[in-house]
Amino acid sequence: MTLPKPGNPRELLALVCLVGMVALYFGTHPSGPTTYVMTIWANQATILALVAIAQFFAVLVRGLDLSVGAIVALSNVVASHLLSGSAFEIAYGTLAVLVVATICGLVNGLLIVFGRLQPIVATLATSAVFGGIALLLRPTPGGAVDYDYADAMTLDVAGVPTALILMLVIVLGFWLPLRRTGFGLSLYAIGSAGQAAWQSGTPVAGVRIGAFVLAGFFAGLAGLFVSFVTTTGDAGIAPTYTLNSIAAIVLGGVALRGGVGSLFGAIIGAFILKTIAALMFFSGLPPLAQPFVEGLILALAIAIGSVDVLRMRHRLEVFDR
Amino acid sequence: MRIDIDALLPWVGSLVVVLLGSLVFPNFLSLDYLLTQAQIASFLGVLAAGAMVVILLGHIDLSVPWTLGWAAIVSTTLVGTGHPVLEAIAIPAALCTGAIIGVVNGIGVAVFRIPSMVWTLAVNAMLLGTSVLFTGGFNPRGEASPLMRTLASGDSLGLPNALWVWLVLSLALVWLLRRTSFGRYLVAIGLSEKATWLSGVATPRIAFGAFIVAGLCSALGGVLVAGYANQAYQSMGDPYLMPVIAAVVIGGTSILGGRGSYLGTVGGALFITLLTSVLSVMQFGEAWRQIVFGGIIILMLLVQNFRRGVQA
Repeated sequence: MTLPKPGNPRELLALVCLVGMVALYFGTHPSGPTTYVMTIWANQATILALVAIAQFFAVLVRGLDLSVGAIVALSNVVASHLLSGSAFEIAYGTLAVLVVATICGLVNGLLIVFGRLQPIVATLATSAVFGGIALLLRPTPGGAVDYDYADAMTLDVAGVPTALILMLVIVLGFWLPLRRTGFGLSLYAIGSAGQAAWQSGTPVAGVRIGAFVLAGFFAGLAGLFVSFVTTTGDAGIAPTYTLNSIAAIVLGGVALRGGVGSLFGAIIGAFILKTIAALMFFSGLPPLAQPFVEGLILALAIAIGSVDVLRMRHRLEVFDR
Repeated sequence: MRIDIDALLPWVGSLVVVLLGSLVFPNFLSLDYLLTQAQIASFLGVLAAGAMVVILLGHIDLSVPWTLGWAAIVSTTLVGTGHPVLEAIAIPAALCTGAIIGVVNGIGVAVFRIPSMVWTLAVNAMLLGTSVLFTGGFNPRGEASPLMRTLASGDSLGLPNALWVWLVLSLALVWLLRRTSFGRYLVAIGLSEKATWLSGVATPRIAFGAFIVAGLCSALGGVLVAGYANQAYQSMGDPYLMPVIAAVVIGGTSILGGRGSYLGTVGGALFITLLTSVLSVMQFGEAWRQIVFGGIIILMLLVQNFRRGVQA
């Protein structure tokens, strides 16, 4: 049921790659595929997967969101202030984090739709604002997250990492139903042909805002998950997530020009990137070379998304992309 | 010559900032203070000049921070060897580095048609990675040459040398934008790439040219900043990215390309520098600076859109 539709061969290819890489990783890992190893791998990949999902919703409606990293940082910082104390306080704190992140997404959406700003510039500017607020709330890394709560979210249930269960819930409980709604269909309609969608009565403004709100919400979830894994707040984590999220969705078969790809693909892409990083860690690559190799893989991943430019039948098609 | 109202806005803004600032701190109106600000604005202005060329094209260059960083690393490392020939070619070598990075940016954007926002961000990540590889994660050894120090912090004829550098670069750039076919095509592509290509212009070549000019400007900025600090250091370019884009956007250049005046970009660089100075004198921290910058960019873009909406 979770298999991608046959319409997107790149997604299927990504899934095959992922299965191969995961097999290689657990096959060569010194301590084998224990629950412990799996949990660490799944937690790291899940953070990126959540950011990639956020980026996916923005890209689907032809908007790149450069503020996802900043929203992750802001929610992480807010979580580090609120996720402690009684059970009631923690529940309220979790809600507050997600509300803050969703509001950030709403601000992006309103600026882009009603302010008619270019998504990339608008989100570049808001990322400075969100990042600044995060820095105000926590000038230096610190704070604490309730350990029991963090453990519950980052360990395992009967040998299966909680993070993987969360991913399954998002795909089965959120994405597949959403895909069947009018909203889900409109997302694709706007991404692949905005004007045609508008002319056939799609509420373009509302749906685009909705996409950015969802992006904010999932970036907030990612921020929460970062807090569970690190149990501290750090305002300086933003930049890596933004670029990695773009690379992840491209690897997962999402087209940067919008309208193509799925949430499932975004998750696969994120897991591929993190598995590559994990493999690199054990490959004996000198630590100093790792930032460069990571940058190279990102650039290659992004370039792969544009290979079809070489298959254009006529030069003019290039300009319509 | 028709003067854009959008381009005058930052000049008015600069005046307001100085006058308001002088109410609290009287020495804001002293010649010394203003010349120091002009010197600091020159660094930003040189970087913004390159960024503007790419934005006129309808693209953006986010690899400014590490192009600047690499130019600084290359020049200071060459000087640090102590060899007189290597010291003499320090500045040309840094500029070459910038040009090469411009070519790499151009390949991604013009040949593979990757959105420039994404590709230049990836190039920036790769440059960061190579610098970690090269320096081992420490501040690179080496120092600025006497020439670099003079360019960045010396004075000639009563004005800071950096200001002279900015002035010469500005004249060259205005000539390039107004008097050469390259400049005309640049704006034409920003308005409609398809139409420009159909008129027989080799559009990829123009895009390459624009990114090379941007790389050269970023590298020149790197040489100046390294000369000012007398060294290169890790992530020295990071604080410049937002102000550079802000300076261009505040100057009235359309982020979609095809429309903008260089006068506005100069005003934008002055305005940002003065505002930063006022904020730091008033003891605002880094966090508030980020919030104010982001807010101002959004506000200026909204005002531009609103004005255009009213006209249409």
